Amino acid sequence: MDEMIGARALMVAMEKEGVKEVFGLPGGANLPIYDEFARCDIRHILVRHEQSASHMADGFGRVSRKPGVCFATSGPGATNILTGMATAQADSAPMVAVTGQVPVPMIGRDAFQESDIIGMSNPVVKYAFQPRLPEDVPMAVRQGFFIAESGRPGPVLIDIPKDVQQNKASMTFPEEFKIRGYHPWTDPDIVNISRAIEMLLSADRPVILAGGGAIISSAFAELQAIAEMLMIPVVTTFKGKGAFPENHPLSLGPIGMHGHAEANKIMIEADCVIAIGTRFSDRSVGTFEEFERRLKIIHMDVDPAEIGKNQTTQVAVVGDVRASLRIMLKMLATKALSRSEDNVWLKHVKETKTYWKENLKIHPGEMGAAKILRKLREVLPPEAVVTTEVGQHQMWASLFFDVIQPGTFFSSTGLGTMGWGFPAAIGAKVAKPGVPVVDIAGDGSFSMTENSLATSVLEDIPVIVFLVNNFSLGMVAQWQRTFYDRRMIGVDQCKCPDYVRLAESYGAQGIRAQSIDELGDAIRVGLKSDVATVIDIPIDPEEDVLPFVAPGTPLKDMILPS
Amino acid sequence: MWAILSILVENKPGILWKVTNLFRSRNFNIDSISVGVTDNPEFSRMTITTIGDEKQIAQIVKQLDKLIDTVEVRQLDESKSVYREMCIFKIKVGSAKDSMEINTMAAAYHGKVHDAKSDSIMVELTATPDQINAFEELVRHFGIIEVARTGVAALQRSGI
Repeated sequence: MDEMIGARALMVAMEKEGVKEVFGLPGGANLPIYDEFARCDIRHILVRHEQSASHMADGFGRVSRKPGVCFATSGPGATNILTGMATAQADSAPMVAVTGQVPVPMIGRDAFQESDIIGMSNPVVKYAFQPRLPEDVPMAVRQGFFIAESGRPGPVLIDIPKDVQQNKASMTFPEEFKIRGYHPWTDPDIVNISRAIEMLLSADRPVILAGGGAIISSAFAELQAIAEMLMIPVVTTFKGKGAFPENHPLSLGPIGMHGHAEANKIMIEADCVIAIGTRFSDRSVGTFEEFERRLKIIHMDVDPAEIGKNQTTQVAVVGDVRASLRIMLKMLATKALSRSEDNVWLKHVKETKTYWKENLKIHPGEMGAAKILRKLREVLPPEAVVTTEVGQHQMWASLFFDVIQPGTFFSSTGLGTMGWGFPAAIGAKVAKPGVPVVDIAGDGSFSMTENSLATSVLEDIPVIVFLVNNFSLGMVAQWQRTFYDRRMIGVDQCKCPDYVRLAESYGAQGIRAQSIDELGDAIRVGLKSDVATVIDIPIDPEEDVLPFVAPGTPLKDMILPS
Repeated sequence: MWAILSILVENKPGILWKVTNLFRSRNFNIDSISVGVTDNPEFSRMTITTIGDEKQIAQIVKQLDKLIDTVEVRQLDESKSVYREMCIFKIKVGSAKDSMEINTMAAAYHGKVHDAKSDSIMVELTATPDQINAFEELVRHFGIIEVARTGVAALQRSGI
């Protein structure tokens, strides 16, 4: 047993969890913790706003599948990371947030920079700890990391009062522990898996729907093997984009509000779907009632509470989806079961896909969304990690940027947090320094966390910001054009700021690309650059994202470009 | 449908709030709630009665189960459980005859009479919520001054 202060115990415990980097910003209530950076090997990456620290930790966590860590002080520091925790919770991303808190005797007295972050964060964290004694810190860290990354991952908050950081105690660092009420994994039920197989084999028009859970559990090889063995077309949710290579002949891409036309068409014609790691978000399925009509649903998910929450399922397999798919593969192999490639459904799927690949109308301009995103795909290596902000550019990325290597595409899909993509890209680059990282951004979103350019430049974490710039809050503008008779309110960014000069003022590289050739060159320059590169790509502010399934309407009412 | 949920939780500060906050944030209803420590001081038992269709109740049970501080969540079968609520009524008394009538009604419901005054009387009942509701209707015309109810406590019978 070692005698040490709580702040030291925090750092020792985090080193034992393998933490190498922390994103954060110091303040009065976490100074004892910050002082410990002088005595440990953990790298501190300074941000300009705590929200960005939380998104960096989130991006790090999604890419590395280990909790990303962010630090903030009490009060406003803590409230600034609420959005980041809510984002991570909505997308099941592993994260550990450590906040300072006022000393225990001051809690509840409305002290300076006191906020009830335990109370405020409750609905948006997987769990929260507030150690009241220094000797409770190691267990909070051990359990916090375990909870954050196990089962369905999520954010965990550890709120440490300043006196707990400062006071000494005899510390033990537990290896073993038991959380009585937490059962993150269930063994998949073999009987239900065999029922699922029967249902799939007897279906005339089966479809695989891969969600974010397929990416979180890295079920890429298993998913592809099942699809190829049974010759079933694969659609994904937007969160599941890139769970399956989008250049694969069986891939149809994402369904949903801005899904691919071919994916939505095939989804509504299907008679049986095997949904792998998805919560059937309204953005994916349109309306719940219409989606499940005439459709047999097999649902695999690690979270039992997702079964039957949004859709009625005929067969449910609770457990890690990769483990479930492995069992399914083994059962298929031993029974030598498969489906022939030569069937009416698959022929129809291929024809539908070919038709929409050839006939979907895209913007005629040189810098139309489809053309610039296809250019990005052409120049980027397949292993490059891509994040997005939230808005039109995000949905264009969904439509026109094919993910080739599974698990390389990340977006704030659940909460839809503008400003997420750039700091998340920085976090991703820290997790995978060897691959290029690109944030597909819009001007509205990027301006929310653009000050992370300072972090990128000063901490030597170069990423590319692919700024699809329509000088407006484009998605809102599109809805105002579509549903509010072109009354454009509160959407014009008035060409402010100049993003090239903004980038340069931070010491980053700013390039404006006004033709496809300039764009290709700019991406290549960015890939070779050792500082962040902002590629400002002015586009037509009137370009809409199409196809579009209006909110509250079923997928069959998809609006197509005319 | 009306459902009785029996929830064994870690006896730690803030758990009651986490459970009730879950009901609020997920748009579920709490009809009644009672909480107390169990024979093992590490656990408390909450009994929550709620109203919803079968699908909603199933979802409530799953979401409660998902909370890390809940150790066991069970939906009790009404017909196989003992469930009781305690209630105290303070009732207006206009005359000695009123007083006698209330005493008789209380006796019929196995209630106890407390604090009998010339203008009011208190009745303590331990019964099912339906029986308490029925008693309330019975005495309403005397004039009910105040009511305090504990919420249901319940356990499933053994061996079924």
